[in-house]
Amino acid sequence: MASRVAQGLCAYGLIVRMWMRSTLAYRTSFVMMTFGDFVATALDFVAIMLMFSQIEALGGFTLPEVAFLYGTSSVSLGLADLLFGSMERLGRRVRDGTLDTLLLRPAPLLAQVAADRFALRRLGRITQGLLVLGWSVSRLDVDWTVGRMLMVPLMTVCGAAIFAAVFTAGAAFQFWAQDAAEVQNSFTYGGNTMLQYPPTVFARDLVRGVTFVIPLAFVNWLPALRLLGRPDPLGLPGWVDFMGPAVAALMCAGAGLAWRGGVRAYRSTGS
Amino acid sequence: MLYTAVAAGSFRRYATYRMATVAGVFTNTVFGFIVAYTYIALWDERPHLGGYDQAQAVTFVWTGQALLASVALLIGGVGELQERIRTGDIAVDLYRPADLQLWWLSADLGRAALQLLGRGVVPMAVGALFFPLALPADALTWACFLLSTTLAVVVSFALRYLVALACFWLLDGSGLAMISGLACMFFSGMVLPLRVFPGGFGELAQLLPWAAMLQVPADVLLGARTGGSLLRGLAFQAMWGVLLLAAGRLVQSAATRKVVVHGG
Amino acid sequence: MSGAAAAERLIEVDGVEKVFSVRRKAGRLRRVKDEVRAVDGISFRVPRGEMVGYIGPNGAGKSTTIKMLTGILVPSGGRLRVAGIDPARERTRLARRIGVVFGQRTTLWWDLPLKDSYELVRRMYRVPDTAYRANLERCVELLDLAPLLDVPVRQLSLGQRMRGDIAAALLHDPEVLYLDEPTIGLDVISKAKVREFLLEVNAERGTTVLLTTHDLTDIEQLCRRVMVIDHGRLVYDGGLAGLRAAGDGERTLVVDLERELPPIEGVPGARTVKVEGPRQWLAFPAARSAAPLVAAVAERYPLVDLSVREPDIEDVIAKLYAGGDSGPDSPGGA
Repeated sequence: MASRVAQGLCAYGLIVRMWMRSTLAYRTSFVMMTFGDFVATALDFVAIMLMFSQIEALGGFTLPEVAFLYGTSSVSLGLADLLFGSMERLGRRVRDGTLDTLLLRPAPLLAQVAADRFALRRLGRITQGLLVLGWSVSRLDVDWTVGRMLMVPLMTVCGAAIFAAVFTAGAAFQFWAQDAAEVQNSFTYGGNTMLQYPPTVFARDLVRGVTFVIPLAFVNWLPALRLLGRPDPLGLPGWVDFMGPAVAALMCAGAGLAWRGGVRAYRSTGS
Repeated sequence: MLYTAVAAGSFRRYATYRMATVAGVFTNTVFGFIVAYTYIALWDERPHLGGYDQAQAVTFVWTGQALLASVALLIGGVGELQERIRTGDIAVDLYRPADLQLWWLSADLGRAALQLLGRGVVPMAVGALFFPLALPADALTWACFLLSTTLAVVVSFALRYLVALACFWLLDGSGLAMISGLACMFFSGMVLPLRVFPGGFGELAQLLPWAAMLQVPADVLLGARTGGSLLRGLAFQAMWGVLLLAAGRLVQSAATRKVVVHGG
Repeated sequence: MSGAAAAERLIEVDGVEKVFSVRRKAGRLRRVKDEVRAVDGISFRVPRGEMVGYIGPNGAGKSTTIKMLTGILVPSGGRLRVAGIDPARERTRLARRIGVVFGQRTTLWWDLPLKDSYELVRRMYRVPDTAYRANLERCVELLDLAPLLDVPVRQLSLGQRMRGDIAAALLHDPEVLYLDEPTIGLDVISKAKVREFLLEVNAERGTTVLLTTHDLTDIEQLCRRVMVIDHGRLVYDGGLAGLRAAGDGERTLVVDLERELPPIEGVPGARTVKVEGPRQWLAFPAARSAAPLVAAVAERYPLVDLSVREPDIEDVIAKLYAGGDSGPDSPGGA
């Protein structure tokens, strides 16, 4: 098991390096695309600022508070997207048969698919998220103890792991439904859009859904509400706010199983 | 007739992507829910923001999701056409007796029709099921909305066609296509209705061609444009359509000369 | 693992099957499940160092077999071992010991110089430095790759790319090399170069080669042994010579007469299949001697010249396919 992980990480690193060098063969294009990723995500925040040009608070949250939600979710999704985002191309690889060439290499398939078409331009989203996060932290009325300070990077990393699990599970689903790449966008990009706004904005059932069914609420809502000193709308016990790492681990395990199931199905049907 | 056949063929081709359509409908619906709730919160704070009541604001959201694929609100080019220009296959097309622009316009209208049915109807119906929407009760308004949507597709195509033709001169057109797509997303009202944009910025945004792609058809549907305002809206769309198509023709003839003189 | 036995029979296939269930449209909405037996119980052995041709019409089960041998697909039944390894269970371990080239699918990195792809192979397969350098040197020399190493793959011609791909598949010293249509789409010179190289690798290194192809010249020049698969079953496994007989191949006696004459008649065991001016073609069973036939013709007709033609391998194979249970609905085709 440990050797497989090491093998996977090694293969991931090798393939990522190859893609980065391929990208740099088209330097202008790379710069433009990175900038484009930055702008595309920045427009989401521009919309939020436009909203706040008309109002003082949204769902009871101020602009710096919403920006904190926005920043943490964006950085988490950005990290997951950078490291695992290309997995949504899996269906295409199944359709055109190029997945087989990956199965011929002496490396775990998951690592190869995750590294496929590694796109450094996705740093654009992460940068934008970090900028908003930095701004919000400087504006928030929070007593920044060491514990609270550490909570921010911890929650972004756990959030990234949760999103990565969604990317992986979505890719696994494509072993059965090759054209369904867009479905996972609902949970990744859609989930991100949702997490950028306060949970008080959404219907109770929707919040329950992203807490208990697809636990995206652990990406930022629950820990952030704790940091901001606000009650969570579902009235869950306080310790739940700190369950992010456990939830992330559980989701990664589940996604791993889904992936194995998908690969098994592919290797028995070949399509 | 040739162009009708092209449109019908394109309609049928997109009809075969069933799984992709289902996946798209699902995603549009999920986004519809999420954005609808944020708008409800916004209009809770500021009722009548931008002249909409809450039901109208929510209707705007679902209209955006319903038109997203059909009017290609996130897309800044014509991928297939760009690919043909890149590979040089376009030379063959230019020697065909059919007009290049009309050919691609017909194909795009066929695609848009299928995607309006395939990816528009269900999200709108789901939206109407879960939220009180400001949908018109009379057939005439629906007919005007359809006309306005058709014009929106024409404007969208005309602009994307220009972007695609730029590939005759640019080595890699993907950057321009991306910028154009972003501009469309923001200035069509997809991110936030243009009427909510503050002051002069908002007024300017409503004069740009992207306003013809979502803001105008949505206003027609949710009853924010009636009578003279409705006619002005349609005329605004038609004007941008004609202007951009004409610009497309100019660029097209320059491109043709380039291909004929330099052999592609 | 019994080393000696594995060395003897590098590839062991015993009653291997692959059954797919395919959904088929029946009416507007109804779909029914069909079972397709892509590979229907095949068995064969390939000893180390052999070069085997694996042929059959499209859809006969060739690539399904290769996919099972490489561990991409898991067999539905039967037993399969390559170098003593069960490919389905230990795919990545097997991957280090086999090389695969898909003729229509490059594994090289499109935007990077050719040598970068080799560098990736070196690291991913953990090829020891000395072995890597020696292998690369040999491939570069024999396949004329020296001027191509610094060229981005996208700028290579199809033939150059194929040579590059074959080299990439051999850098880690595989014991078995699977080639799927290695000469497809190549010009005559590239084809010749690839064939020459494969013979060399096989002779020098003892690399076992299993090759599928539509180009029967590949088979004739490279393989002493041929396996023919049709409808998921092995319909022939043996030498190239025997293949001709198995397809009840006919040889042809070409006779040049002094003048134009009506078709030759009354020669026992032969029939005239073509007449063109004074030249006539007589077909007779491949297994029979030509001597009595020649005598019989010479006795009754004014002969100027004659020659015997061996059966055309393409005809033989076409007959073999037709001889199977395939009807007009065979999944063959282009």
